[in-house]
Amino acid sequence: MKDTLSSAAPVIEARDLNLVFQTGDGPVHALKDVNLSINRGEFVSFIGPSGCGKTTFLRAIAALETPTGGTLTVNGMAPDAARRARAYGYVFQAAGLYPWRTIAGNVRLPLEIMGFSRADQDARVDRVLELVELGGFGRKFPWQLSGGMQQRASIARALAFDADILLMDEPFGALDEIVRDRLNEELLKLWNRTQKTIAFVTHSIPEAVYLSTKIVVMSPRPGRITDIIDSPLPTDRPLEIRDSQAFIDIAHRVRQGLRAGHVWKVFGKSLVLIQRAGCI
Amino acid sequence: MKTVTPVLTVLGIIFVVWYAATIWLNAQWVYDQAERAGTTVSFAEMVPQTMDQERPLLPPPHQVAGELWDGVAGQAVTSKRSLVYHGFKTLQATLLGFGMGIVLGVGLAVAIVYSRTMEKSVMPWAIISQTIPIVALAPMIIVLSDKAGIDGKMIPKAIIAAYLSFFPVLVGMIKGLRSPDAMQLDLLSTYNASGAQNFWKLRLPASMPYFFASLKVAIAAALVGAIVGELPSGATEGLGARMLVGSQFGRPLDMWAALFGAAILAGALILIVGALERFAKRQMGGAA
Repeated sequence: MKDTLSSAAPVIEARDLNLVFQTGDGPVHALKDVNLSINRGEFVSFIGPSGCGKTTFLRAIAALETPTGGTLTVNGMAPDAARRARAYGYVFQAAGLYPWRTIAGNVRLPLEIMGFSRADQDARVDRVLELVELGGFGRKFPWQLSGGMQQRASIARALAFDADILLMDEPFGALDEIVRDRLNEELLKLWNRTQKTIAFVTHSIPEAVYLSTKIVVMSPRPGRITDIIDSPLPTDRPLEIRDSQAFIDIAHRVRQGLRAGHVWKVFGKSLVLIQRAGCI
Repeated sequence: MKTVTPVLTVLGIIFVVWYAATIWLNAQWVYDQAERAGTTVSFAEMVPQTMDQERPLLPPPHQVAGELWDGVAGQAVTSKRSLVYHGFKTLQATLLGFGMGIVLGVGLAVAIVYSRTMEKSVMPWAIISQTIPIVALAPMIIVLSDKAGIDGKMIPKAIIAAYLSFFPVLVGMIKGLRSPDAMQLDLLSTYNASGAQNFWKLRLPASMPYFFASLKVAIAAALVGAIVGELPSGATEGLGARMLVGSQFGRPLDMWAALFGAAILAGALILIVGALERFAKRQMGGAA
């Protein structure tokens, strides 16, 4: 836990947030009465089946969707004001690197758009590529890198302009499990070093439990929060922590939340052992 | 070697068919001549006589090649008998029209991608424009541009070339400018990118593969346009005029030489566009 870093005002705060899409088949309630506070330096995962509104919530934070009710503030501002203030970097499921730009050129893209000086751009590109362990790959083109490396480059791109918040929408969802484990480890290290606030959408229970200080379990139709779990795991998390009882207990609680669609209840020990194989 | 063999095989088959057709088509003239002279010719005597007639129905390849060589290398390049001279006139109109077509095609594509009104109002007309036979339109363009006080024969030819070549560029660029997916557009939104940045940093570079693919079609269309533009005007310059004169004055060899000159020119232009494409692709870090 990073309680020492938490300041009084939450970085992201949603109160009675509602978001209804008007579609051809009638209104779809993507988010219903969502209440959530995310403090500085937290690593918050959103987990739930598809259609539960986890990505929609992340997009609302990024001002890519507009809520139809309630309030949402980012750094105390409206989301679009926060965006103009460069409050966040966004990482998508696909790396989405421009094939016509080198890795360094891709990381440079937001800096060019935001008008950083050339010298500053160079320095920042070098720094963030080192941060994601891609130093020396700046002159390569995206197709010369593996999928995992491409996704690391897209994280570097989101870090380049020093936003305090990192919004990640299933960033490792398209990668195989071995690469995903490694990137999860690196992401935790990165979070420890940079003290960012991270909101992370995933559909993997072990990933959510391994990474997060706070896990938000969501449920679909209408998209809503069914459980918020504060993780008791220590900040320093080797991959082996996934075999610990604490980890398994949290994973179980997440699973219960997902299955029931309402707040987690008491569980039996034998059940935990049966589900262990599934979650690790 | 693997690519050369099939090409040579096809070429060989074409030559065989061509020579056979030459003998078959030109034989009648040989027999008629013999009948008029009151003699008869055997098949073995007839065959050589089909190979070097002055006005053959179908000249054999070597005769066309000879005429082409004479037209290219045998004349001063300023001579009106030189295919280089005529080819250059056609090339000028082609390139000018090609340039105009690119500007028009890209300009309209940008307008259509960024404005729904433009898409609704302009796109149907662009499609209709391509359904009108160019041979019907060409004389009108020439007459109208003459009335409009445009001097010289080059501009109307270039307009016709542009008329044919803008369309593939338009279609290719619309598709290209729309090729970035929602995620890439969202990414730029998260940076608060302006519309201009959106265009220069994402849409335009993303459209380049489509642009070059359309250029290959457009350059060939521009050449066809320029040649068609040389047909109806009583033009005296250009490969099209050369073909027309050849057909009107019963000089099939001239016609065939001009035809092959045009084909070689088209091939060269497409090769050049292909080289430009490869260069651009390398500059843009293209995967192999």
